[in-house]
Amino acid sequence: MRGKKFWLVALSLVFVLSLLAACGGNNNANEPANNTGNNSSSNGGNAGGGGDAAPEDISGEITVLTQRTDIVDSVFRQQYVPRFNEKYPNIKVNFEAITDYEGQVKIRMNTKDYGDVLLIPNYVLPQDLPDYFEPLGTVEELSEKYLFVNEQQYEGISYGIPITVNAQGIVYNKKVFEAAGVTDVPKTPEQFMDALRAIKEKTDAIPLYTNYAAGWPLDQWEGNRTSVAGDPKFTNYTLVRDKAPFSEGKPHYVIYKLMYDAAKEGLIESDPTTTDWETSKPMIANGEIATMVLGSWAITQMQEFADDPNDIGYMPFPYTNADGNVYSSSGGDFKQAINVHSSNKEAARAWVFWFADESGYAVSEGGISPLKGEAMPETLKAFDDLGVVLISEEPAPDEENGWLTMIDQQSEVGLFASNFKQRIIEAAIGNRNETIEDIFADLNERWGKAVEQVTGE
Amino acid sequence: MTNQPGGGGSRFALSFSSLSYKAQRRVIIVLFSLIPLALLVTFSYLPLYRMVYYSFFSWNGFSKNLTFVGFDNYVTIFTRPEYFGVFKVSLYYFFATFVQMAIALYFATILSFRVRGKNFFKGVLFFPYLLNGVAIAFIFMYFFRPDGTLDALLRLFGLGEYIQLWLGNPDIINISLAGTSVWRYMGFNFIIFLGVISSIPSDIYEAADIDGANRWHQFRYIIVPSIRRIIELNVILSISGAIAVFEIPYIMTGGANGSSTFVIQTVDTAFKFGKFGLGSAMAVVLLIIVILVTLIQNKLFKEKGA
Repeated sequence: MRGKKFWLVALSLVFVLSLLAACGGNNNANEPANNTGNNSSSNGGNAGGGGDAAPEDISGEITVLTQRTDIVDSVFRQQYVPRFNEKYPNIKVNFEAITDYEGQVKIRMNTKDYGDVLLIPNYVLPQDLPDYFEPLGTVEELSEKYLFVNEQQYEGISYGIPITVNAQGIVYNKKVFEAAGVTDVPKTPEQFMDALRAIKEKTDAIPLYTNYAAGWPLDQWEGNRTSVAGDPKFTNYTLVRDKAPFSEGKPHYVIYKLMYDAAKEGLIESDPTTTDWETSKPMIANGEIATMVLGSWAITQMQEFADDPNDIGYMPFPYTNADGNVYSSSGGDFKQAINVHSSNKEAARAWVFWFADESGYAVSEGGISPLKGEAMPETLKAFDDLGVVLISEEPAPDEENGWLTMIDQQSEVGLFASNFKQRIIEAAIGNRNETIEDIFADLNERWGKAVEQVTGE
Repeated sequence: MTNQPGGGGSRFALSFSSLSYKAQRRVIIVLFSLIPLALLVTFSYLPLYRMVYYSFFSWNGFSKNLTFVGFDNYVTIFTRPEYFGVFKVSLYYFFATFVQMAIALYFATILSFRVRGKNFFKGVLFFPYLLNGVAIAFIFMYFFRPDGTLDALLRLFGLGEYIQLWLGNPDIINISLAGTSVWRYMGFNFIIFLGVISSIPSDIYEAADIDGANRWHQFRYIIVPSIRRIIELNVILSISGAIAVFEIPYIMTGGANGSSTFVIQTVDTAFKFGKFGLGSAMAVVLLIIVILVTLIQNKLFKEKGA
């Protein structure tokens, strides 16, 4: 009797243990890669092009990791590879498209097997870059030709070239704006709120769709911080020293107050918890949604669903700076890089530079080309007409490289995590017993503490 | 076990059969346990060991810099009350567990008697458990959204006035999610109950019939005592499950709107905020809580069962 009971408990314990361990295993099953990985980081000199060898002489088979599960076959395999092979006939290119790119690749980076060419996931600390990625060249040399090669750099060496360059702002349906009688693109938060109110009154469209449930679309709001600040040094110089960045008048206050106000006045979807990203695309295309705050990469995705692509417009975040300019922050998308453990680095290098120079990926996706001096894409033409000034973040000085990430993670504020944005919306629609001031105070306190810990000031 | 394995032929089998019965038995036991043990060690104990190991470090998940911080992570967990506030959410799932078991037992009992379309209903009831959690989450997203399936159903029955924001209302969201969880896991309890109930010899029912017992008497005095053990086991599993609930709320709401659970917080800590050490420590704490709950429960049942 006793014995049986013991076994029963033991069995259930083992079961529970293994369940839990399976959970924990997800986070932790991977050892940190051995410490001898930084062998080839010193030979970072030779920049540009595909090295010295003639294209025909480079051979090998490479695997390219991509997040574009939607076009990996139709565009990457069927269009890019044949064109690439015209120039490099002896390189065989394989693709691996990953839906949860960030999540999976970070974990795989604990091994040596993470493709030959890949996109550098967010939140890799700059000092860790040489352990994982092959140097592509000095920032100085590469930036003569490419934009934003300084976004993944360590000690003057660049490790990745952006696949495309994004501007930040708001996607909107022009027809809905017309129907609501809004003729001018709003340039201040007040004008934007008025526009939303007019849309609610005069049309059936949802004025502002938050995509609260998916979470990550809320992070797109954060991208506008430099637009509002109007200062290239804001992120890496001001924000990392500001112990209360969510105080009145500061960029984060402006951005998230707008989010709160819109939600508070019922200018968002009626039930944010059941929103769906995929259906939001046809909805904005059909005029059921008026606006969504998203990076410029989203424009083409929305246009695909529209009868007339011209219905989809793009405007900067509605904020006019003291100097009278409306800014839109632009920056590199994912950066393509080479696995430091790759056995076909020549071939991988050929692909990375071919992709940046000749694939035309950025333009066909409606983004700005990473090549310097290319024209603005069709999708952002309106920016020129409106006189929007593109602004980009200045990278942190070397000794402060990585501070922003460290502060963000230490404080658990999560500038690019949906947590506090969802909290703001919940508070706005009355699901929480706290005001926006409470939330900002809490965020300020956490951020301030982490600033002290990280900067030592 | 008493049969000669292999049945002769190869030299190995010959020499094997020349061993004593005891020795043969030992060899077979060891050989048979080897694979499951290897799997268990590789996929349970090794990760568990690493998890405990990481819980003493400050680590962002892939950097090569691991800093030993001793018990700092644990101190952090216990000095931040908001980490434990979320166990309130577990209570919803805890109570849902009893509803789930009651429904499972009810259907298992009914279907253990002679019923028309028995196998069909067995299939229908067990089916949700076979579905992928992600698929279920999506089904219920459409079910709960405004003007979704549930609202349409209610309107059809003229109950339109009871329509709520099933996921939007923070007072209801956990009930909706716990309901989804019941729908999903009830089949599992059901199939276990059904298995045990059908192992009760039918002559006992016949004898009860002769003594004039009705269905309720049969359930109360034959079925329940016979499957008591399994009910206990199911309760233990369900309660541990309620504490560690994760999948359905994570996919459906990502822990938003007050539906966050301890495991969701753990995942957020590790993956969103890059604190793998702290996340591991939280997982260890959860493990200890589950073990404690299980032990307490076992103690209670033992006293009752004596």
